[in-house]
Amino acid sequence: MKNILVLFSHPKFEKSRANAILVDKVKNRKGVTFHDLYECYPDFNIDVDAERTLMEAHDIIIFHYPFYWYSCPPLMKQWIDMVLEFGWAYGPSGNALLDKKWINVITTGGSKAMYCENGTNCYAINDFLRPFQQTANLCGMGYLPPFAVMGTHKIEDETLHAYADQYDKLLDLLIQDLVVVDIGSTSFLNDIAQLNT
Amino acid sequence: MTGSILFEAIVFLLGAIICVSIAKRIGLSSVLGYLIAGVLIGPYVLGFIGNEGEDILHFAEFGVVMMLFLIGLEIEPKNFWKMRKTIMGMGGIQVASTMLLSYFLFVLFGFDWKVALTFSMAVALSSTAIALQTIKEKGLLNTTFGTSSFSILLFQDIIVIFMLGALPLLVNTDKTQTENSGEHANLLQNLPLGLQTLAILVSVAAIVVAGRFLIVPLLRKVAKTGVRELLIAAALLIVFSISFLMELVGLSPALGAFLGGVVLSNSEFKHELESTLEPFKNLLLGLFFMAVGASINFIVIAKSPLTVGGILVAVILLKGLVLFVTGSLFKLRLNQKLLLTFSLAQVGEFAFVLLSFAFSLNILEQEQLDIMLVVTALTMTVTPIIGMINERVLLPRLGTKESIKRPMDHIAKSQKVILVGFGHFGSTIGRFLRTHGVEATILDHDSNRVDFLRKMGFEVYYGDATRTDLLESAGITEANILICAMDNPEVVKQLAKTVKNKYPQVKLMVRARDRYAAYEFLNMEIDHIYRESLETSLKLASEVLSQMGFRKYTLQRQIQNFIKYDEDSLKRLAKEKKIGDENYIFKARKELEHQEKLLEQDFKRGIVEFDTHWDGEQIRAALENSKI
Repeated sequence: MKNILVLFSHPKFEKSRANAILVDKVKNRKGVTFHDLYECYPDFNIDVDAERTLMEAHDIIIFHYPFYWYSCPPLMKQWIDMVLEFGWAYGPSGNALLDKKWINVITTGGSKAMYCENGTNCYAINDFLRPFQQTANLCGMGYLPPFAVMGTHKIEDETLHAYADQYDKLLDLLIQDLVVVDIGSTSFLNDIAQLNT
Repeated sequence: MTGSILFEAIVFLLGAIICVSIAKRIGLSSVLGYLIAGVLIGPYVLGFIGNEGEDILHFAEFGVVMMLFLIGLEIEPKNFWKMRKTIMGMGGIQVASTMLLSYFLFVLFGFDWKVALTFSMAVALSSTAIALQTIKEKGLLNTTFGTSSFSILLFQDIIVIFMLGALPLLVNTDKTQTENSGEHANLLQNLPLGLQTLAILVSVAAIVVAGRFLIVPLLRKVAKTGVRELLIAAALLIVFSISFLMELVGLSPALGAFLGGVVLSNSEFKHELESTLEPFKNLLLGLFFMAVGASINFIVIAKSPLTVGGILVAVILLKGLVLFVTGSLFKLRLNQKLLLTFSLAQVGEFAFVLLSFAFSLNILEQEQLDIMLVVTALTMTVTPIIGMINERVLLPRLGTKESIKRPMDHIAKSQKVILVGFGHFGSTIGRFLRTHGVEATILDHDSNRVDFLRKMGFEVYYGDATRTDLLESAGITEANILICAMDNPEVVKQLAKTVKNKYPQVKLMVRARDRYAAYEFLNMEIDHIYRESLETSLKLASEVLSQMGFRKYTLQRQIQNFIKYDEDSLKRLAKEKKIGDENYIFKARKELEHQEKLLEQDFKRGIVEFDTHWDGEQIRAALENSKI
């Protein structure tokens, strides 16, 4: 049994459609600690000690956020800057996060087709996520491919609910430690066989 | 046994306390409790009260006047104007058809046509006192059923004037001359009809004008004195004067009082007047209901039980039928129609007046008068019981009882916020809330400010918020949050204590003037305390440091840390403070000692450089160390 910490960052959650549906699924789920960063730290004054205690108590850390300008919202970056410090998260004596798992759960307005060499955004999602992958690596964490809900500008509520169910099922598998993926051959956690039967 | 006033007062009060509390405990309306108390203390059961019951009845009718004044206060003029169609429509249909049908009924019972006509007038009117008291008690005044009942009752209040005017026409002129010089004479009786109408219009206009330009300025003057009982006196004076004026021109005092209430409903004294008159109204109405109970003449019932019983059943059925049909015409839903039917099916207090007047005109004989009076009192007692059966048995079975759940309104509408104190602190709160569409109910004790703010479109009311009755009329029972933003820490403390004890479900958010006020609130176990100077002085200090070359973002973060640190020390010191209660004389010295203690703590904390984030030097130093 693994336990999961969802670090959720959304500067305007009350106006979000896709994330409202996704969050609804995981918020009160058993085995999952849902942590709403913008609600906890409206002043960006992150309580580093409390955050570290929380991290230490969980095996899988999910960074759940809308993908803005090819990156995360500013408070999440602030969180990374302040919490993942030298000497604790990395560096010679920084091994607090060793063997924990890092998963990005993101929503993007543009569709998958727009994120490729010939699309408007020129690069694939995983290219943009490199900094997070390397952050995980530096901290000795296991990095998994992202779970992505893409094209939210266009997709219907029905499809979003289907995504939410998939997210829910993924959490189930993670808790039971049943997810084994090869980062080289799997671009998205959405694509793993267990979620597509 | 019934000689002294004191004894009578004791009997009435005791009867009320015992019967009403029993009635309430078993879930009956207080009206029924009072009525039963009246029957018990009346001449036929315990005999504490004799025939003076009827005098008391007349006196206690004043409670109805006050009730209408209070209801007027809750109806703003523009809403009243909107109601004119229902008043004329529903009221007109109800009165006309009830009169017509009951006229034939009484002719069928074998009464003379004049008697039948008089009876039908009396029967057409319902009891404002009973119906409205019950409706208000259940909080149903704003439902369709509530406004419909109210409209009909208001129309009856107006039409009764014409009925009283018409009665003398039923009599041969020679008889009237001898009898009709009694109690119902008024100032205008001998004037031509045109002038009478004019006088009535003038007096109604007088109420409206006086309300705007005389009463409100008077109340402001009175309020400025700060003597509470003067305000009570002024409130009573208003109601008495309006009633007097109305009686002078032959209008119903209740109607006048209602108009006066409507005129004053826009003023800042609305809540204050309400809470001042409420206890008087309640007591007088209670007395009124008891007097009705006491006046039920059981000898008449015993003499002709069949006639009384027959008329009683027929009248209630007929009135109920008419109300049900009226409700259908105006497309009320079934449950609302049933409520309307049962709440207005009784014969009202105006019947006492009409019937006694008709008796004095020799239209009625003693026996006829007695029978009808008993029927009236009995309908007033029986309908609350039927209404209760309707609510408990009929409505749940029909499954039409309107569910209270409504789809969640917008956040701003679904929660009620009360803001007490609208000075420089509270007004900022109010303004910011308003930018989010949250309209707080505001209480303030400065009538000048209240007036000014009302002009700016705020909903502000005048009053001393530490009084529970005022808090209640401001709606504290359904409030979610109460903000104490007054200047005076003592008053804030008192208000906080009252709210915490009596309305624990309300979340308290308290302005603390300084550390010392904050200590007291902390010790009262209030969670949300806001020190008014803390953030401003830190902001100033950080600007000083910024001017000297410190970076602004770091300062911003240091302010946040300092507030956290200071709040922790506040909590710690509050506990120490709890132990030794301070002596006033030593207060200044104590405060100095306290400052010293704080500075000492700061010194121990040192110059804070514990912020290591984004600090490359730290990493360099650590890497150096690990190399060695």
